[in-house]
Amino acid sequence: MTDAVSFPAGASAKPARRDIGIKRRYAAERRFRAYGIAALSFGILFLFILLYSVVSKGYTAFQQTMITIPVEFSEQIIDKDNERATDPSKLMTANYPVVARNALAKVLGVAENDRQGLRAVNQMISDGVRGQLRDMVTANPQIVGTTQTVSLLAAGDIDSAFKGQIDLTVSENNRKVSDQQVGWMNQLAESGALGKHFNTGIFVNGNSSRPEAAGVGVALIGSFYMMAIVLVLSLPIGVAASIYLEEFAPKNKFTDLIEVNINNLAAVPSIVYGLLGLAVFINFMGLPRSASLVGGLVLTLMTLPTIIIATRAALKAVPPSIRAAALGLGASKMQTIFHHVLPLAMPGILTGTIIGLAHALGETAPLLLIGMVAFVANYPTTPMDPSTALPVQIYMWANEAERAFVERTSGAIIILLLFLVVMNVGAILLRRRFERRW
Amino acid sequence: MNMLKLSAAALVASVAFAGAAVARDQVQVAGSSTVLPYAKIVAETFAETFPNFKAPVVESGGTGGGLKAFCSGVGEGTIDIANASRAIKKDELEACKAAGVADVQEIRIGYDGIVFAADSSNGDMKIEPKDLYKALAAEVVVDGKLVANPYKNWSDINATLPKGPIAAYIPGSKHGTREVFEEKIMAEGCKEAGATDAIKGLVSDAKQAAAKCVAVRKDGAAVDIDGDYTETLARIAANKTGLGVFGLAFYENNKDKLKVATVSDVVASTETISGGQYPVSRPLFFYVKKAHLGVIPGLKEYVEFFLSDDMVGPEGPLAEYGLVAAPDAQREEARKAFEAGKTL
Repeated sequence: MTDAVSFPAGASAKPARRDIGIKRRYAAERRFRAYGIAALSFGILFLFILLYSVVSKGYTAFQQTMITIPVEFSEQIIDKDNERATDPSKLMTANYPVVARNALAKVLGVAENDRQGLRAVNQMISDGVRGQLRDMVTANPQIVGTTQTVSLLAAGDIDSAFKGQIDLTVSENNRKVSDQQVGWMNQLAESGALGKHFNTGIFVNGNSSRPEAAGVGVALIGSFYMMAIVLVLSLPIGVAASIYLEEFAPKNKFTDLIEVNINNLAAVPSIVYGLLGLAVFINFMGLPRSASLVGGLVLTLMTLPTIIIATRAALKAVPPSIRAAALGLGASKMQTIFHHVLPLAMPGILTGTIIGLAHALGETAPLLLIGMVAFVANYPTTPMDPSTALPVQIYMWANEAERAFVERTSGAIIILLLFLVVMNVGAILLRRRFERRW
Repeated sequence: MNMLKLSAAALVASVAFAGAAVARDQVQVAGSSTVLPYAKIVAETFAETFPNFKAPVVESGGTGGGLKAFCSGVGEGTIDIANASRAIKKDELEACKAAGVADVQEIRIGYDGIVFAADSSNGDMKIEPKDLYKALAAEVVVDGKLVANPYKNWSDINATLPKGPIAAYIPGSKHGTREVFEEKIMAEGCKEAGATDAIKGLVSDAKQAAAKCVAVRKDGAAVDIDGDYTETLARIAANKTGLGVFGLAFYENNKDKLKVATVSDVVASTETISGGQYPVSRPLFFYVKKAHLGVIPGLKEYVEFFLSDDMVGPEGPLAEYGLVAAPDAQREEARKAFEAGKTL
């Protein structure tokens, strides 16, 4: 019929070609491609929105406002009666916040008897200076009585205000920083004493109730311990189980049942593993609460089905000709598997393992019940010590009231995403390294 | 095989870890997310002030969850302190005693105000408990009959409330705050609106009548928030005519985004709450396992430090964050009661 249209009447009457629907089929293909591209762009759009919202909110967390001023380590305040030679604890318990406050008040020209002014000055510096100045003094007691230039952490509200995250146009009563403090902040910024510096604290500090001093250090260590435990336990157990199931086990009702169960376990909500961990590891075995050891064990249980399924798929994908050749040359079944099949299945196994680990790294629900969703300030030295994990830290910061925690939440998400990217790149590299074609 | 050796080593290592269950050297705390920020501040300052003790570990998980973990028994594997945004219930205490936690010390740390706020783009709002009751009750009395809540817009109830359909974000039932909301707003509002007696006339069972007063409508106008206040804040930012329930401390930290309503003409502040004028407030508690005192290093010191005026006093960091300090006499009494070992 199309021919009739394209060849007007009067032209030599060609016989009509048989309609094999070429145009229709091409159109269908074009449509399918368009759907595919649409689906892909949809996915990329959402990925972009996610990354944009996280990065645009979070990049400021990697900078921290600091106030660099000369601080007088006054003997009057730190050690009035000159007892530090005989009683070193004097240096531990001295009133360092006052030292820092007086230093800033001096720079800003606030009189020593202006109580209200001093209070406002004090609110500009982080309470974390107590620890900072104490560590300086205990490391080097000679500095008592001298004046040193020190970079002090600005308080969280000043940090937020300086980064423009607090709406300064609303009336003074409706925000945490006063006009006077904003004036001081601008004055210090102009003189160069107040400025943004790279925030190493967010990587190395433990959690803190003060946003300016809070970091993911403890969570990083906790996540590292857990990942190490998951890797060391789930990889050998998972691989051994799948080799047995795939290569040695008889095919009968019982192994079918096991297979169904493994597939089911892979889909069980992770909170169930948390309940199991609480009952078995903490209540029955008496392991400590909040410890990354227990977290690692729970996540191992959660990761095992994923690894077993991936490993069995990888073993199945090794061509039977390899097995047949090895057996034909006189290798035992064990030799065939460990010398030929397993090395060829390795890329698949490693990819499955790393995907399982990445999944476990992002898990919070099972950690809630074993006490790892917690405020932990001290670094864990062994996996038996209390710690948290990266996603837990994100969750806890997301629930904080202070404005300065908003950017830190996104900052912690960026750190977690970087970890995941590193792990997945590792998976790709390992795959490339071990992949063999036949 | 290399891998087999590795797994054997791992198993041995984990068993060795399990065997060497070392004495716990830090306090473990769990419970209310309302008390959590205060407990964190104290835990952190405690570790800074006493360098020979580690900072206590503070878990969140809600009042109910905390008390459950607290009441699971005595020993190093159990927590030492449960934070609570309401007093322990009778059946919870009985469960505690049945599990061997015989001596529980109750400590009141101060008060928390509950505020009602909308997006900062709204005008000044003045509400009474009866307004919220009328807006949010599942059934109200109209012409002497109980009918499903007919109100659609805030303006049907009170002209100062946001212009638009009724939307309220109230704490879900797992929060201790919900109980306070029901008691101080819904039940109180029911009474103010004169509905209590009317309902009693309609429903014969007294218990059911009381439940009718506090039942919240389920047609979508009142939304239970099971997460934290940050979720409520996000909901309010998305819905400018919505009214949210917040803790005073959370509001103080987000004043530039929120417009707070006066309740019965009183502005919520630490002064009006400690003075008793502001009607919606509640005490905050924590519970200490007496059997762990002297066993867990730092437990006694932590509680004493928490109760010192440097922490819970009106000039302390907790008040700075938003806690309403208890009156001087009450704080002194709390310290004495702990010292004397008074148990529930």
